[in-house]
Amino acid sequence: MTPSPINDAPSAWEEGGPERLYVLTGGRGASGRRADIDLITLVVARAAARPEMQPEHASILRMCHWPLSMAEISAYLKLPFSVVAILVSDLLRDSLIEVRASVRMDGIGDPELLKAVMNGLQRL
Amino acid sequence: MDSRGSELAVGPAREDALPASAATAVKIVVVGGFGVGKTTLVGSVSEIRPLTTEETMTEVSVGVDDVRGVEQKDATTVAMDFGRISINEQLVLYLFGTPGQQRFWFLWTGLFEGALGAVVLVDTRRLEASFDVIGRLENGGVPFIVAVNVFPDAPTHPMAEVRAALDLPAAVPIVACDARSRASSRDTLLALMRYLYRLSTQSAAPVAASAATE
Ligand SMILES: Nc1nc2c(ncn2[C@@H]2O[C@H](COP(=O)(O)OP(=O)(O)OP(=O)(O)O)[C@@H](O)[C@H]2O)c(=O)[nH]1
Ligand SMILES: [Mg+2]
Repeated sequence: MTPSPINDAPSAWEEGGPERLYVLTGGRGASGRRADIDLITLVVARAAARPEMQPEHASILRMCHWPLSMAEISAYLKLPFSVVAILVSDLLRDSLIEVRASVRMDGIGDPELLKAVMNGLQRL
Repeated sequence: MDSRGSELAVGPAREDALPASAATAVKIVVVGGFGVGKTTLVGSVSEIRPLTTEETMTEVSVGVDDVRGVEQKDATTVAMDFGRISINEQLVLYLFGTPGQQRFWFLWTGLFEGALGAVVLVDTRRLEASFDVIGRLENGGVPFIVAVNVFPDAPTHPMAEVRAALDLPAAVPIVACDARSRASSRDTLLALMRYLYRLSTQSAAPVAASAATE
């Protein structure tokens, strides 16, 4: 009944289990991750993927030819957000990508921005 | 390594790519109990088929380098469906559908942080499932509206009755919606946006007050 999302995420994620995730990030936890990256941070590649790269790094560079959110990268790679955040932090450190920070609301929004969203929705 | 390279050649179809000019993203969270229609609503308005992102409790909760996550194989996993609407050439809106159950709350800090606001989707047959969610949003100072997803087999209730049952503050809008309809789902999002706009142009907004008392 439920419309199935494109990627059947949970089952695929369970495949490798925690061990695989641990290996992917070189065993790093939060220390390998930039604090300013969230689910809707947009990532854009600034360099091409190279064969000697870790496959996940190369995948991110390839799929971010155009801007893509962290949430989308996580969905396409079938990896948890926190793992993708570490991988993206690596690429950022090596200047291989650029990130476009999300707008963060603290309770009250900027009326201009809210108006823009409203106008966009009205065109749907 | 090796053969995984080609296997990992994944990503959006060309038509699902954002324009190169996309510079800013904002998000709205759709929250509600199991089966209340969150994914349906997101899918109705999204320009891409809903995708799923996932997070595990150990990843989120520890916040330190450790191997415990490796040993703890029964880590709770939470999946969130999301969709996307390009607002204009620069601005992108993301919609996240997240379960409202208590055991998922640990995730909320990351999810609601920075959101424009939230839509609490309710099913009148199971209103009690929304009490905790609403209290949580109020305490966190996250502005929200309530949308009653109207299922055909559910008894119809006047909105005033639902509002009273949920003990909603008078300022919080409550709307009826059909999550399967694009127009109805869009109107629900617009109701939230109009509310947020009102709050942003008022001086003493109730949201600021509740955030301050936290
Ligand atoms: N009649 C009616 N059915 C709906 C409506 N919205 C959703 N449904 C149906 O209700 C079922 C559950 O909808 P979902 O969108 O999967 O609900 P959900 O909140 O994402 O569910 P979980 O992610 O499992 O918690 C599906 O079969 C939908 O087709 C609605 O507005 N009216
Ligand atoms: Mg769902």
